[in-house]
Amino acid sequence: MGFACFKRLVRNKHMHMTASDVAYNGKVEGDVVVTRADAVINWIRQHSVWPMPMGLACCAIELMASAASRYDISRFGMEVMRFSPRQSDCMIVAGTVTYKMAEVVRRIYDQMGDPKWVVAMGACASTGGMYRSYSVMQGVDNIVPVDVYVSGCPPRPEALLDAMMKLQDKIGNESSVRNLRKTSAGAVK
Amino acid sequence: MIDEDFTKSLLQKHSYLTQQDSVDWVTFECVPEKLLSFVESLRDTEGFEILVDLTAIDHGEGADFRYSTVIHLYSLVQRGYLRIHSTCTDNDKPEMPSVSSIYPAANWHERETFDMFGIHFSDHPNLKRILMWDEYPHFPLRKDFPLAGIDTPLPADDVVEVTQASVEPAPMMGGPFVSSNSGSMSDSEPRAKDESWTEKKEKPV
Amino acid sequence: MSTTKEISIGDIGSRGAEASSKLDGDKMALNVGPSHPTTHGVLRLIMELDGDLIEKCEPVLGYLHRGDEKIAENMTYNQFVPYTDRLDYLAPLANNVAYALTVEKLTNIDIPPRCQAIRVLVCEMARISSHLLGMGVFGMDAGAWTPFMYTFTEREKLYTLFEELTGARFTTSYTRIGGVARDIPDGWLGRVESFVDQLPKAIAEVEKLLTRNRIFLDRTEGIGEISKEDALAYGLTGPNLRACGIDLDLRKDKPYSGYEQYEFDVPIGTRGDCYDRYLVRIEEVLQSIRIIKQVIKDFPTGAWYAEDAKKIFAPPKEKVLTSMEELIQNFMIVTEGPQIPAGEVYFEAENPKGALGFYIVSKGGGVPYRMKIRAPSFCNLSILEKLAPGHFLSDITVILGSLDFVMGECDR
Ligand code: SF4
Repeated sequence: MGFACFKRLVRNKHMHMTASDVAYNGKVEGDVVVTRADAVINWIRQHSVWPMPMGLACCAIELMASAASRYDISRFGMEVMRFSPRQSDCMIVAGTVTYKMAEVVRRIYDQMGDPKWVVAMGACASTGGMYRSYSVMQGVDNIVPVDVYVSGCPPRPEALLDAMMKLQDKIGNESSVRNLRKTSAGAVK
Repeated sequence: MIDEDFTKSLLQKHSYLTQQDSVDWVTFECVPEKLLSFVESLRDTEGFEILVDLTAIDHGEGADFRYSTVIHLYSLVQRGYLRIHSTCTDNDKPEMPSVSSIYPAANWHERETFDMFGIHFSDHPNLKRILMWDEYPHFPLRKDFPLAGIDTPLPADDVVEVTQASVEPAPMMGGPFVSSNSGSMSDSEPRAKDESWTEKKEKPV
Repeated sequence: MSTTKEISIGDIGSRGAEASSKLDGDKMALNVGPSHPTTHGVLRLIMELDGDLIEKCEPVLGYLHRGDEKIAENMTYNQFVPYTDRLDYLAPLANNVAYALTVEKLTNIDIPPRCQAIRVLVCEMARISSHLLGMGVFGMDAGAWTPFMYTFTEREKLYTLFEELTGARFTTSYTRIGGVARDIPDGWLGRVESFVDQLPKAIAEVEKLLTRNRIFLDRTEGIGEISKEDALAYGLTGPNLRACGIDLDLRKDKPYSGYEQYEFDVPIGTRGDCYDRYLVRIEEVLQSIRIIKQVIKDFPTGAWYAEDAKKIFAPPKEKVLTSMEELIQNFMIVTEGPQIPAGEVYFEAENPKGALGFYIVSKGGGVPYRMKIRAPSFCNLSILEKLAPGHFLSDITVILGSLDFVMGECDR
C-alpha cells in the first residue's frame, strides 16, 4: 500500500496548516496518515477475511485441519469461520459439488454480502476431479465465479493457506472504490 | 450354525426355495410372491434379526429377466449371513414386494434401489428417490445408462436462469481411465472412454 | 468482467417448508441444512416442530451422491481403491482394507501374515483417528470447543504417520488386491508405538473435560435413547449398535485378517443414549491401542503381498525394473486388471462407523459387473426418522454428533 505524496495537498501556502503541522514534528504526528482509499479498504478487507466453510466432502476435513491446532489459520486473520453466509465474505468450496448440491451452493453464494470471493478447494470443486460421473458437477465455476483454485486431492492445509494468501494479494489489488461507485445491483468481479 | 442341516431344513420347510452356488454365504433364490413370508419366518424363527443390505442387479438389456434383488441378512444367534435372490418377472415394469414392514432398515435401501434401478417396491410407505433429486428422469445404475450421464435440466429454474448451468455429460476424454470387461486386450485396457465429447467428436448439444 | 444477477433467496426455505401451509395452528416446519454446522456435511433435515419439540423429522440425502457404484463398474479392481478412500474419509485405511478383503474372498489367495498384520495395524490406527474426530466434534456439538483442538493435535500426529506409510495424509489408497502398496518404512513401527504410548494421556485430558462435565452430561445423558429392538430393526452397526447393549463386533464374531490372534474387549453400552455412544467410542480407542501394541510386539516378517498370486498382484517396482517376467506380469495387471474369478461375494468389515460391506458380482476378468457398497452411515442415519421425534430441537445437534456419520459414504 502506498502513502501518497503528502506534499501535494499542502503545497498551497495560504493553507494555514503547513506540512510540518500535521506530519513530521507536527502536533498530530502519528495520528494522521494519508493514503489512497483503495489501499485502506483493501488492507482492511485483506486481513479480516471471514470464510464461509462450504464443507461438502473429504476436503472439508483438511479445511478443519487448517483451522485446528497445527496449521492454525488464525495466523492470517481468517479463523472466524461463519456458517452463516450473511456474516462471511469468502466462500471456501471444499469438496465435490454434485448437481443436487449445486443450487444450494449458488443460493448460499447469493446470500453473501458484497464484496465476496470464492476459493475452489481441491480437484473436485475446481474441475470435478476424479468424479467424472453422472451426478457430479464438473467444477463449481459452472455456477459461481471462482477467485482462487487449489489443486490437490485433498490439498494439504499448507496449500489452502497459500491459496488464502493469494486471495489476500488479489484483494489487495482490487479497485474497491471504483467497484463501490458502480451502482449496479450485483457484485462486480 | 448355518450349515448343511440348516439349509436342508429351510429347503424342506419352504418348497419354493432353490439353493444357489456361492463362494461365501448360503444363497437362496426365492419367488417374489413368497419373499415376504419367507423373510418374516427367517426373522421370527431363525433369528435373522438384521437386514444388512438390500440391493439389485441389472443383468443387462439382453437378459430374459433383467432385474433381480439381493437381500443379505445377519443372524446374531447363528453368527452368519444369508443371501436371498429374487427375480423381477417384468422387465419393463420391474416390481418387488417391499420388506420394509418386516425390517424397517429396508426402507432406505429400497428407496435407493428404486432410485438407481427403477424397481418398484409395492406397499413401500414412502417410495421416492433418495439420492438423486425427485425430478431426475433416469435410473443411473441400469446398464444402459452411461457413466458420464445424460443431459438433463437442473432442478432449480432460477439458478439455471442466472448461471445457464445444466446437467451435462461429464467429459471423459481426460480420464478417468475406464476399463471394459470384454473384447481384445487392446480394447479392454484402461483408457479414457468416449461417452461425451473428445477432440474428434463435437460436444453433444 | 462479468456481472452476476441477484436471485431470490427465500426459495429453498419455502420449499423446505412446503408442509408448513398444511400445518395448522402453532406447528412450524423447519429446514436444516444441507449446509449447516450441525449436520456434519451435506445432510438436510426437514422437521415439523411444535414449539421446541420435534414431531417429525425427515432426512434428505443425496447431496454428495458421486456415483461410486457406477464408477466401480467401469474400472479395474485396483483402480477403484482410491475411491474407497473417499467413502468414509475419516478412516480411509479401514475402507481400503475392507475393499481388498472383499475382492480377495472371491479368489483363493493366501495373504501372508505380515500383510495381515499391516492391515490390522492400519485399520486400528484408522479407528483411532476416526473416533478422535468423532469425540472432538461431538464435544463441539455439545458446546465444548477445546476437546476438538486436543483430539485434532493427536490426529495430526497420526496423519504424519500415515503420510510416512502411504504418501498422503488421508487419501491413502494403501491396499492392493492381494497385498498392500508398499512395505512399512524402517523405524515406522517404533514411531507408531511411541504414538500409542502417549495417546492415553491425551484421551484422559479429553475425558477430564467431558466425561464428568455437568453440562455435557445434561446434554447427552438420556438423550437419543435407542432401544435394542430398534437398533436391530434399523440395521445399526458399529459403536452405535454396541452402545445399545448388543454385542456384535465383526472383529470378534467373524474374524478377518487375523483379528482372532489379538486380545481385546468389546465395549458395550447399557442405555443406548448419546452419552453411551460417546463412552463406547472412548473405550474402543483404548482397545485399539491394546491391539496395536500386540501387533507391534509380534510383527511377522516375510512377504508383505501374496507372492504366488501372479495374475492379481502387480509386483513391486524394483522387481519390475529388473526382471522381464515381472515386467510382463505388471503390464498385464495394469492393462487388464487383476483376474478375479466369476461369482458373487459379500463381505463386511468392522469399520469405525460400523459394518462397511461390499457386495461384488464378478463375471470374471478385471472389472466388477456390479458393486454395491453397504455404508454403515447410511443405515445408522435411517433411524433418525424414528429417533428424533419427541426430542427438543437443541437435542438434534447432539444426536447427530453422537451418531457420528459421514456423508461421503452415506451418499456414495
Ligand atoms: S478433491 Fe479429493 S479430497 Fe477433495 S473432495 Fe474431491 S475427492 Fe475428496
